[in-house]
Amino acid sequence: MSDAMTAADKGGGSSSLYLDRIRTMRHVRNGKERIIEAILFVAAFCAVAVTVAIVAILLYEASTFFAHVSLVEFLTGTEWTPLFERASFGMLPLLVGTVVTSFIAFLVAGPLGFLIAMYLSEFAPPKLAEVLKPFLELLAGVPTIVYGYFALLFVTPLLQKIIPGLPGFNMLSAGLVMGLMIVPYVASVSEDAMRAVPMALREGSYAMGATRFQTAMWVVLPASFSGVMAAFVLGVSRAVGETMIVAIAAGQQPNFTFDPREPAATITAFIVQVAMGDLPHGSIGYQSIFAVGLVLVVITLFFNLIGQMLRRRIREVY
Amino acid sequence: MNEPRKPESNAAIVTEPLKAETRKFNFYYGDNHALKNVDLPVAERRVTALIGPSGCGKSTLLRSFNRMHDLYPGNRYEGEIRLYPDDVDLVSPTVDPIEIRMRISMVFQKPNPFPKTIFENVAYGLMVRGEKRRSVLEEKVEEALRGAALWDEVKDRLDDLAFNLSGGQQQRLCIARALAADPEIILFDEPTSALDPIATASIEELIAEIKEKVTILIVTHNMQQAARISDYTAFMYLGELIEFGRTDELFVRPRKKQTEDYITGRFG
Amino acid sequence: MANKERMALRGIIARNQRWDLIVGTVGLLATALGVIILTLLFVDLVLDGWHRLTPDFFLNFPSRRPEEAGILSAWVGSALVMIVTAFTAVPLGVAAAIYLEEYAPKNWITELIEINVTNLAAVPSIIYGLLALGLFVYILGFGHSVLTAGLTLGLMILPIIIVATREALRAIPVAIREAAYALGATRWQVVSDHLIPYASGGIYTGVIIGLSRAIGETAPVITIGALTFIAFLPPIPFSGDPPAGPFDWLFSPFTVLPIQMFNWLSRPQSAFHVNAAATGIVIIVATLAMNGIAIWLRSRIRSKLKW
Repeated sequence: MSDAMTAADKGGGSSSLYLDRIRTMRHVRNGKERIIEAILFVAAFCAVAVTVAIVAILLYEASTFFAHVSLVEFLTGTEWTPLFERASFGMLPLLVGTVVTSFIAFLVAGPLGFLIAMYLSEFAPPKLAEVLKPFLELLAGVPTIVYGYFALLFVTPLLQKIIPGLPGFNMLSAGLVMGLMIVPYVASVSEDAMRAVPMALREGSYAMGATRFQTAMWVVLPASFSGVMAAFVLGVSRAVGETMIVAIAAGQQPNFTFDPREPAATITAFIVQVAMGDLPHGSIGYQSIFAVGLVLVVITLFFNLIGQMLRRRIREVY
Repeated sequence: MNEPRKPESNAAIVTEPLKAETRKFNFYYGDNHALKNVDLPVAERRVTALIGPSGCGKSTLLRSFNRMHDLYPGNRYEGEIRLYPDDVDLVSPTVDPIEIRMRISMVFQKPNPFPKTIFENVAYGLMVRGEKRRSVLEEKVEEALRGAALWDEVKDRLDDLAFNLSGGQQQRLCIARALAADPEIILFDEPTSALDPIATASIEELIAEIKEKVTILIVTHNMQQAARISDYTAFMYLGELIEFGRTDELFVRPRKKQTEDYITGRFG
Repeated sequence: MANKERMALRGIIARNQRWDLIVGTVGLLATALGVIILTLLFVDLVLDGWHRLTPDFFLNFPSRRPEEAGILSAWVGSALVMIVTAFTAVPLGVAAAIYLEEYAPKNWITELIEINVTNLAAVPSIIYGLLALGLFVYILGFGHSVLTAGLTLGLMILPIIIVATREALRAIPVAIREAAYALGATRWQVVSDHLIPYASGGIYTGVIIGLSRAIGETAPVITIGALTFIAFLPPIPFSGDPPAGPFDWLFSPFTVLPIQMFNWLSRPQSAFHVNAAATGIVIIVATLAMNGIAIWLRSRIRSKLKW
């Protein structure tokens, strides 16, 4: 900048008029720039503030909860009745409900998502893939409440024809539909990982006379393995945190069972159940949803950190 | 078997039996006419080099020999590439590109080992054919690694990931991978452009050795390299084959003005 | 190559290619399954709820009698909440993205913010509800209001908008920035005169996708205690007696479409399920339309803008 000024100074004449203005503006400009940068920084720092606020609120409310309930009972008890006259605070039933529904969801979304990703990235003609992908995105955009309707009033009646005596609320239906819900997500994360595999590797394989399937299984899959695993882990994390489908279709009664045909509440369904009622602020029932919320955050955070680590690994290789 | 060679044709320059030959070969990327009426003979168990400025179509021609263009939509071949002695047109739509790739291997510009062990990389071509017998695989892998002058360096760590090798070693591994499939021709696409001079020298030595057994077609951006290692050289420009000749003649007495300009460094 | 060997090779290839065919077909079916389920969902809803979609359905308040019940308070509530959400998330998200992409120095604070954005995107939505219940409802005293819901959903979609904006900014080549700097522009001038306009398509896409998620989101709004039976509308500014203040609607109790649907779905009578289906149609049409616009917008940007 100073070079330009001295050159212009020598030129003299009318341009020096601008130079005066440029010089006097400099301080104003720098001040304004700093203010803007500060505002932008505050906005970005909001992300951190939200995280801190989440942790602080959960810890604060949960700490009063744990002043009344021992951590051992909370983590090992098999009866969860915080709203009863004689309350029990063993959260294992909620945990088991969450695990069972998430596991069923994974059984659906894992293989299906992987197959779709492999098909779109390695098999489908590019034009067809371009047509199919928006549909998957739309599927990912369907609100979970609609999936819940689908689980309760379409899938459950269908399952009742296959499994006689299946109750109207059951974990199987909720898990299956939850699986369908996360298929697009698992597929898209896996496909990203597969597309990140350089074309040179595929060409190396095709140049040896390998077929598409051989190239996909022996070259692309090993090269994108950690990314595909990340997709599975992140998908499970979504299932663990999913609320409405289980609250609608699996019932909201805590039930300590691994049988997917039975109704049971998950952590999230319990929070909904309490929030729907009229619990006074500060009561033990009110605090209990923060305690189980804390557990939910810890579980999903754990899965997400693993998932992101795996994802980062594939980015580092290529 | 081979048609009688017309005295003025490129094929007449070759004294050895032909391994392959393009005839009035054209190639299109969509509407882009990338190769125009190319007549290139490939001598059996000799090194044929393709040279020319970048964008001249030399890599496009090379990749036509094992039908790599079939992997992407919108590409079209016209004319023939005859493969001898069975005299098939390898770009004919009735010929399976996978069969062609099993018979004609390729080594790429940048080493591209698979994310697998050294052993699995070399055995890949055999595994693709369904070969599962460990003893056969071991024998072939050793043979190929020896052929690629890599055996002594890696024999104790065949189960290491191939990524851990140096750049030059990776490229020799890719050559071993190509050799293990017992190919009739190996295509080299600027195989040393990503390597340092020492690694380059070792790859060049290797090419001189393996031409005893295999026909070699090599694209190179480096004229000295073409002069050092090839028996025949083809100079390409703007999608056309300008001049083809014995390497010792083409570099000393080019017949065409454009060839002379290129090899004397006046353009390119 | 001898004829016999060649035939053997062809046998192997044929066997290998059988797998291509099988896996290719299964893959296509799996992908088609997505399309089929989407259709099935939609057809199921339409068959169940179509006949309830009369003008009255949009103009009536909820009622004990299913055939008289409507979604007036719900769609008005959703619209108002979306306004608050957009006003929270868009400025905050775009500003944060600009900072991270154009200003942030490479240091631990930036790193911390980056990690936080990625993690926030993966926090279950119901946790945002718990945050809002503790923070907005009780500590800040906003109550179970439109404001609380809008802020909550705004925070929830913040990562979506940040990520979309950053991608749009990143797609602008460095040469454009250098060209502007070379003419003496300040950093903010480069951002406001060039980067924001050129990235606007990508930003819109992110905003629409974010809002479409917010409009269908149920769990956090339930958690903050939205009522499920609302037979009145938030006060219109300067109307009524005494006249309502300009921002009174922000603090009004409310309900939103997904909650109304959940409420009807939770009842045992199937007549209410029909209402739920009709509400579902409204929600899904709204979200799919928004998503469709976003996908279309994105593909248009991709095909028009070639740097």
